Amino acid sequence: MDVLSAPLAIGLLALAFGAILGFAAVRFKVQADPLVNQIDDILPQTQCGQCGYPGCRPYAQAIADGDEINKCPPGGEATIKKLADLMGVEPKPLDAAHGEEDVKKVAFIREDECIGCTKCIQACPVDAILGAAKHMHTVMADECTGCDLCVEPCPVDCIDMVPVTTTTASWRWRLQDHLQQIPVKQVS
Amino acid sequence: MAITPLSVEDIFDRLKRGKRWDFPGGVHPAEHKTLSNQSEIARVKLADKLYIPLKQHIGVEGELQVSVGQKVLKGQPLTHSAHPFAVPVHASTSGTVVDIAPQVAAHPSGLSELSVVIEPDGIDQWIDLKPLSNYQEMDKAQVVEAICDAGISGLGGAGFPSHIKAQPGKNVEFLVINGVECEPYITSDDRLMREHAWQIRQGIDVLVHLLAPRHVIIAVEDNKPEALDALSVACRDASNYLVCDVATKYPAGGEKQLVQVLTGREVPGQGLPIDVGVIMYNVGTCFAIADAIFSGKPLVERVVTLTGGALNKPHNVWAPLGTPVEHLLSVAEYQPGKQASPRVIMGGPMMGFTVTDARVPVVKITNCLLVPSVDEVRNDNAEQPCIRCSACADACPASLLPQQLYWHSKAAELDKAQDYNLFDCIECGACAYVCPSEIPLVQYYRQAKADIRNQRDEKDKAERAKRRFEARKARLEAEQQAREEKHRKAAEARKQAMQNKDTDKSARVSDAIARAKAKKQQTENVTEPVAETQPKNAAVAAAIARAKAKRAAQTDAEKKPEATVQPSPAHNHESDNDDAESAAQRKQRQIAAAVARAKAKKQQGQDVNKTTPAQHKSDEAGNNEQQSEQDIQRQAESKQQRIAAAVARAKAKKANRQQAQNTSDSDDVTEEKNSQS
Repeated sequence: MDVLSAPLAIGLLALAFGAILGFAAVRFKVQADPLVNQIDDILPQTQCGQCGYPGCRPYAQAIADGDEINKCPPGGEATIKKLADLMGVEPKPLDAAHGEEDVKKVAFIREDECIGCTKCIQACPVDAILGAAKHMHTVMADECTGCDLCVEPCPVDCIDMVPVTTTTASWRWRLQDHLQQIPVKQVS
Repeated sequence: MAITPLSVEDIFDRLKRGKRWDFPGGVHPAEHKTLSNQSEIARVKLADKLYIPLKQHIGVEGELQVSVGQKVLKGQPLTHSAHPFAVPVHASTSGTVVDIAPQVAAHPSGLSELSVVIEPDGIDQWIDLKPLSNYQEMDKAQVVEAICDAGISGLGGAGFPSHIKAQPGKNVEFLVINGVECEPYITSDDRLMREHAWQIRQGIDVLVHLLAPRHVIIAVEDNKPEALDALSVACRDASNYLVCDVATKYPAGGEKQLVQVLTGREVPGQGLPIDVGVIMYNVGTCFAIADAIFSGKPLVERVVTLTGGALNKPHNVWAPLGTPVEHLLSVAEYQPGKQASPRVIMGGPMMGFTVTDARVPVVKITNCLLVPSVDEVRNDNAEQPCIRCSACADACPASLLPQQLYWHSKAAELDKAQDYNLFDCIECGACAYVCPSEIPLVQYYRQAKADIRNQRDEKDKAERAKRRFEARKARLEAEQQAREEKHRKAAEARKQAMQNKDTDKSARVSDAIARAKAKKQQTENVTEPVAETQPKNAAVAAAIARAKAKRAAQTDAEKKPEATVQPSPAHNHESDNDDAESAAQRKQRQIAAAVARAKAKKQQGQDVNKTTPAQHKSDEAGNNEQQSEQDIQRQAESKQQRIAAAVARAKAKKANRQQAQNTSDSDDVTEEKNSQS
């Protein structure tokens, strides 16, 4: 009897704890952020389709399904590095087949040349172009992701991609060397 | 620091007894204040042009109220906005607006900001001023509005809109008036306190009325005894005003540091002084508030210290806002020979920045222009590697770890820098000042902060783009669904119509049978009404056909005078007429009718592509007289012509386009529109 009681007790305990753990696993399950969402958060959301997928989320899905992580030119090296960290793979150089990393740009419509054909409006993935048929269109620069998709459909080529200008608010404190310093010196 | 929190009265008593708290770190740089504080604040001659940036404070800029060429008076608002964080700017003198364009800004980047350029007329004529001398009887909101309309934002350096601080929504225990002015060289507040103590006191009275604080503490560093005396005299009669001297140590004038020195309370990391019951105003701001309330003058000028070894006449001046730096330098007799290369620092030596252009204007937060001589500044590019001496950590007034921040900022490990509370850094420069390796530490922190802010903005933007993209996708899907629904309904309608057509067909067949029967009967001279046995539909159709035939017959050969055609097909008198006619006549007429029908059909066949189904229907129903049929034909013809013309045009354009693919033109749209219609 003594020989049996120990395994019996251990077995019962194991059963009890197993039941508790099993219940807890179901009852207190934490819904982890699905991988696709995490990848989607890293992607720059320009929705430009340069990766070959119709938007950032489809590409996120494709990465989660095993596609390469180096197909996003707007994100550039920084995005590839983050994706590599997340996916646990080696970072690769950007695949040149999908475009090259460029400075941030926004679309600008030369308004007196616009004929109001609405083709760019249909092309814009984030509805950042305002206008109506036969009326002048314009780009809301704050909402433009710089995806380039509106440039091609324009029949009169009145859309330019202009680099985003630095303002005093977005300036990054890159001074010339000789201006960098706290000037005062202990003068005795 | 006290272990149990002291009550407000305890703190005030302690201050009265001359005891102060201390803040960690701090440095004692050479003061150089006597350079500029020996003479009175001088008035300067107006500059040739004033460059007034639209935004000179923290917050948003207002909308322009003036246009180029407009005459403005001194104190006239140039911008206006209902936004709570917007503060207007005013014309600093009377004159003409000669330009509104981006001008180099009072900012370390040297980038341009939208500015109004005013050419003074020399009269310096004020607009109608509306003082609120009876402010105590007025609504507080009205007084706050007056402060906002006067364009007052913190003159101490940060430029926070004063009217926002004037409505805290919380209990104010201490109102602290900051006259510490701890940065070396700067003496603008010192001179202001000495010369205008009474007006500062009046400004404090206004703030006390608005904020109703338990106590008022006026803090002045103990290296300014004259200012202390002047303020003590001005505040003698107010029992809850306490003029306090503060030990000289940089940066005792920092907002959080001064709160700690006076009350022993520490302002939380990302918090504001109001979180510990304190509100702080600079003495210059108090002066400006008094100006705004008692004389109705908006903020159009401020005291600026012109100092440094390269100036012959260092002193303080009243500088109209927008005055270019070069003008003030000439006033103070700038000696370029005393500098290795021309260099002017806006602000103090610890926190200021080098101006990039001689036309940079004086703005609301410009308290000093420092023009150092060669022996006052460090050598350029003297940065050496960090030796981990930790002198910076000892000097940091915010108890941060400047070394760690430096490593992480330099390596662009922004997350880690934030973990070390990078955003609690007040950028006072004490760490860089003590650094034996002369590392420009604050510079690294500023870069890291800017990068973090930009990253945050980009993240926000990406998030917004994602939302917009998803919204668009949802919209397109909904539209697609709606279209499919429409198509489905249309298909159903077509199916229905097809079924109807089938019955029409069967009706026509039976009609033909009926006619054949009728013919037979006619040849047999049997006169029987046929229509009654037919379904109504068939009867109507038959009647239409007959009516048409009759009409055609009538026009072709007028044989029967009594055959007055009834336009309405509903009437069926044919059988009566038939009775009166001979069989031969009838036959002849029917042949003629058939010919006419065939002709009509041929014509219709030509038009069939152009006429709308509705027109078909009406033709079938035979409701139209010949006249209207002709109209339709004409319409159809003209439409056909138009379309042909449009197609021709489109073709021509296409050819054009092929010829010169790059320069496509607006005709494409017309082409597209035509094809759409």
